[in-house]
Amino acid sequence: MKELLIGKLNWQALPHEWFTLGGAAALLGLGLFLIILITRLKRWKWLWKEWLTTVDPKKIGIMYFIVAGFMLLRGGLDAIMIWLQQALSSGASHGYLSSDHFQQIFTAHGNIMVFFVAMGFVFGLINFIVPLQIGARDLASPFLNTLGFWLYVGGVLMVNMFFLLGGKYAATGWLAVAPLSSTQFSPGVGVDYMIWALQISGVGTTLGAINFIMTILKMRAPGMKLKHIPLFTWGSLCSMIMAVTVFPLLTATLFLLFLDRYAGMHFFTTTGGGNAMMYTNLIWMWGHPEVYVLILPSFGVFSEVVSVFSRKRISSYTSAVLGMIGVSTLALSVWLHHFFTMGAGADVNAFFGLMTMIIAVPTTVLVLTWIATLYKGRIRFTTPMLWFLGFVGTFAVGGMTGVILAQPPADFQLHNSLFLVAHFHTMVIGGVLWGIFAGLTYWFPKIAGFRLNERIGRYAFWCWLIGFWMAFGPLYILGLMGATRRLDHYTNSSWQPFFIVALLGGLVIMAGVVLQIVQIIASFMQRRQLADTTGDPWDGRTLEWSTPSPAPFYNFATIPKVATRDAFWEAKQLGLPERKYEDIHMPRNTASGIYIAALAFLAGFGFVWHITWLIVAAMLGIVVCVIARTFNEDTEYVLPAQEVEKLEHERAQKALARHQDIHTDTFEEMGLREFVRVAIKWVLDVIRNKRWRTL
Amino acid sequence: MADTMTTEMTHEEAANNRAMFGFWVYLMTDLLMFGVLFAVFAVLHNNTAGGSSGRELFKLKLALIETFLLLTSSFACGLAMIAARQGNKNQVLAWFTVTFVLGVAFLSLELTEFGQLIHDGNTPSSSAFLSSFFTLVGAHGLHITLGLLWMVIVMAYVLARGLSSSMVRKLTMLSLYWHFLDIVWIFIFTIVYLRAFI
Amino acid sequence: MAAKKTKRRVQVKGFLLLFVAVIVALAALLRGKDVALFNAKGVIAQKESHLMIFTVVVLLVIAVPTLMLLYFFAWKYRESNPKARRATETQHGKFLAFSVWAIPGIVLLVLASSMIPATHELDPHKAIAASGKPPLTIQVIAMRWKWLFIYPQQDIATVNYVQVPVGTPVQFELTADDAPMNSFWIPHWGGQLYAMTGMVNQLNLMATTAGDYSGGAAEINGEGFAGMKFTARASLDQDFDQWVLGIRQSSDVLDSAQYNKLLTPSQNNPAAVYSGVQSDLYNTVVMKYGSHDHMGH
Repeated sequence: MKELLIGKLNWQALPHEWFTLGGAAALLGLGLFLIILITRLKRWKWLWKEWLTTVDPKKIGIMYFIVAGFMLLRGGLDAIMIWLQQALSSGASHGYLSSDHFQQIFTAHGNIMVFFVAMGFVFGLINFIVPLQIGARDLASPFLNTLGFWLYVGGVLMVNMFFLLGGKYAATGWLAVAPLSSTQFSPGVGVDYMIWALQISGVGTTLGAINFIMTILKMRAPGMKLKHIPLFTWGSLCSMIMAVTVFPLLTATLFLLFLDRYAGMHFFTTTGGGNAMMYTNLIWMWGHPEVYVLILPSFGVFSEVVSVFSRKRISSYTSAVLGMIGVSTLALSVWLHHFFTMGAGADVNAFFGLMTMIIAVPTTVLVLTWIATLYKGRIRFTTPMLWFLGFVGTFAVGGMTGVILAQPPADFQLHNSLFLVAHFHTMVIGGVLWGIFAGLTYWFPKIAGFRLNERIGRYAFWCWLIGFWMAFGPLYILGLMGATRRLDHYTNSSWQPFFIVALLGGLVIMAGVVLQIVQIIASFMQRRQLADTTGDPWDGRTLEWSTPSPAPFYNFATIPKVATRDAFWEAKQLGLPERKYEDIHMPRNTASGIYIAALAFLAGFGFVWHITWLIVAAMLGIVVCVIARTFNEDTEYVLPAQEVEKLEHERAQKALARHQDIHTDTFEEMGLREFVRVAIKWVLDVIRNKRWRTL
Repeated sequence: MADTMTTEMTHEEAANNRAMFGFWVYLMTDLLMFGVLFAVFAVLHNNTAGGSSGRELFKLKLALIETFLLLTSSFACGLAMIAARQGNKNQVLAWFTVTFVLGVAFLSLELTEFGQLIHDGNTPSSSAFLSSFFTLVGAHGLHITLGLLWMVIVMAYVLARGLSSSMVRKLTMLSLYWHFLDIVWIFIFTIVYLRAFI
Repeated sequence: MAAKKTKRRVQVKGFLLLFVAVIVALAALLRGKDVALFNAKGVIAQKESHLMIFTVVVLLVIAVPTLMLLYFFAWKYRESNPKARRATETQHGKFLAFSVWAIPGIVLLVLASSMIPATHELDPHKAIAASGKPPLTIQVIAMRWKWLFIYPQQDIATVNYVQVPVGTPVQFELTADDAPMNSFWIPHWGGQLYAMTGMVNQLNLMATTAGDYSGGAAEINGEGFAGMKFTARASLDQDFDQWVLGIRQSSDVLDSAQYNKLLTPSQNNPAAVYSGVQSDLYNTVVMKYGSHDHMGH
């Protein structure tokens, strides 16, 4: 009976170790706080109607940023825990973590950073910016977009579920390599949590990617040909095409792993004729292109940033686009370089090594194109530009170490070592994450209506740059000294100083993260002075800057007509056309996405714990929701032209009033010292006047 | 091309056009998933772990009948679509009913085959070969099941709401999906069943 | 305003200094440390390190000027530089488009022309040709979480310890039993290779200098991962023979009972030696998992 009701879930599975209990307490505390806050502010209805059920890609983008931001903190905490263990656990000392716990942490760290931080931010940026850049009012399928977002949230919950409802997380490394991930070697529910977290969010990614391909290919402003598309949109298009190509492989592979574990099948097991090497092949056929899914939008961001802040068009648009297309095509044919060491023959290894080295060509082309763009430009050193300059140097090192690793004989020595770990962190932090930061800073005025504080932003940048090299420089060296990755303990005490430096570097990065949070708060405090009243704070070149900041929910009152690249720049030279208002079709908000994702989450939870009734009920629920949604014909409404005109007029008035309100000559951006002073004053004020009572 | 088209199309036509394009992309992702299952079958089909091989287990005649049923149902589906473009509601319903009945017949034969295999102790967990066989053929069967469910619902809506342009689009998607499953089955028939006897 | 600007410049300089300090400190930490990959004690490791160094040099030849150009441009064309001559509206010509593709293309050709022969030469399956010495075969079984070494020619076996004669080619035949994928790695001697159940993967290495080196598992394989280490000793021929004779004296024999005991998962195992090995033990272990495509044969 009990088995029927709650499957394998039982009291013993509930959290009882300090880290799960701590995590559970923290999550419950945060949840409770938010619930009380929202109830007190009477904001439930607002939250539901304006945000949770929204189909506006801009709002969905912001929700992606918020969730991914929290996950960055969560994954960052994991990173610090890993570094701390490795700094301590030398020789006689075994650190503060058991090996099992340590392995769960690095597994969760990898999953979270790739799937829920990097992917989250990338999807957030694409959601917010792509429609604006191509002159579209919404996406091809607004519903698929909310569904994709909520499935992503479902994955986020699943990856953290072991804190609340018990069990452990996987201890297999972020790819759940077989046969380690089989029930024979990983009997607990950890791998199942991982499978379902990735499966749910992975389906969301596929749906989202289909949606963006449709949007970019079918919904561009009239006149915008493929050769006019802004480079960020090009990067996103390449990235999304790769995502629809490889995420189905991930889904199928994880499904087979699930069948092995749930139904006792023999795909990747050591017994029954299973073939574990096949898993390694399949997972990397997804895994390698995934890295490029993440980095191509960043390449796009940097292309925009370099061009705008050099006040110059990109030096060779065709080369840049061909570079991106080249990278994405080649990325599909290099997966085997992740396991030269499995022992394929020399010919196979040489082929994949060569393909991998060829990828460096289009990548280098992009870098050279950016450098040529700087030449004879008028360069402004804003923070997005700083991220760019930091990125190129760092990325160059990552690229070079990548070419070394691409050579099979060298890879035999470097594979599975900390050198490899340092290499891919160089690419993913220096390439992907800094690109995202550059993009967020660059587009922040469009998102929030005010610029970010540049002074504190610069401090954050330097902390990240120096922290990064302190943290990962030693890992390169340790790899060359023969240190393998994922060690919870080592006997060679001469490694310890390097691990300690790495930990310090990690703390410097953390300081950078804190500064970024401070930066946002400080900018919010000065939002009136930092306000972007023109909609075009950087003298931008692409269409998103032709809209007011923040962009209205219908994006464009009048759909722009495009005839060239850098459409807005050209328009500014020629004079902006007169506005003619028209009726606008807008999609209605829908809760279907949130319901389906919730049910998918429940089904996944049922699969993790073998709760059959829950699986059946949730699946039926999904079918019903999908049917109801598909045959709902009332999914749009029309915003009349007069209404648009009225809204535009009101906005213009407000912007004008705000504009007159700013005294740029006396305004100074807040520094750190000023921020601390103001913050302390505010806290003291709250305490003295007992302001929390009025909340 | 696409640009000039979108400007000339009405809002609804453009939406239908986009949805069809998106559905094609979705079918491609589905094809890739089947691609993985086919590749896995190709790798594992000899790994019988001492158990029976495909030659010993499969009945070619049964597979042939299944193929015939599915191909005929696809043909009926095609006729239903011709009727749909002519706006003939009754014929649409009639031909989809034929498609549906043939699909159910296919599915029941497949389930009978599975039932027989499992009854004889050749379960999905017996060997890697059988795991990959049941998964590949079962995944196709699951798609067929969903297709049948979809068909029933679409027919109910056609009955209730008639053939609007968005309904015809939904029917087109369904028929695409059905033909797609047909093609996948041809590959299954060739690679899984026929090849076992060569 | 002017005062503020200089202050900011100082900040940037401070950060840059810090950056340089980090690099210098790391270099200082390296003094006197054993950087295994560049302190090769085996022929394979040596060639592998040469390949790495060659690659780095070729890459630096292009990367250093490129990066210098980047930061020079960024500095030269800064908005506050009144002396810079700008041309923000010009289009770059075909020559630029050509050279951005040609430069990395040439580097690729140079590197590929060294990579492809090296990959064949350093193929781990390829036997090492040494001056007249017959190769020594060592069968390696990865278990949870220990390494078992069987010397079929000497009829001895060891756990978490391996000894080879200097200058003799060694063929490690890697497999695994009741264990996930493992990677067998002795950094001083040469690159790693995977050990998997039901398969024999051949790794050829040859030590050049006598001494004790550390080897271990490089691929994550469960709870005992970090402790799955062994000492790899290279000794002169006569010392090796002496060592084998010494082990022959031992009373422990690796029979199936003893083997099954070893199969029980255990962590941080000390070294052990056995004076005789049950015949065909290794093949039985490999065949246990049924036959599918063997690698390295």
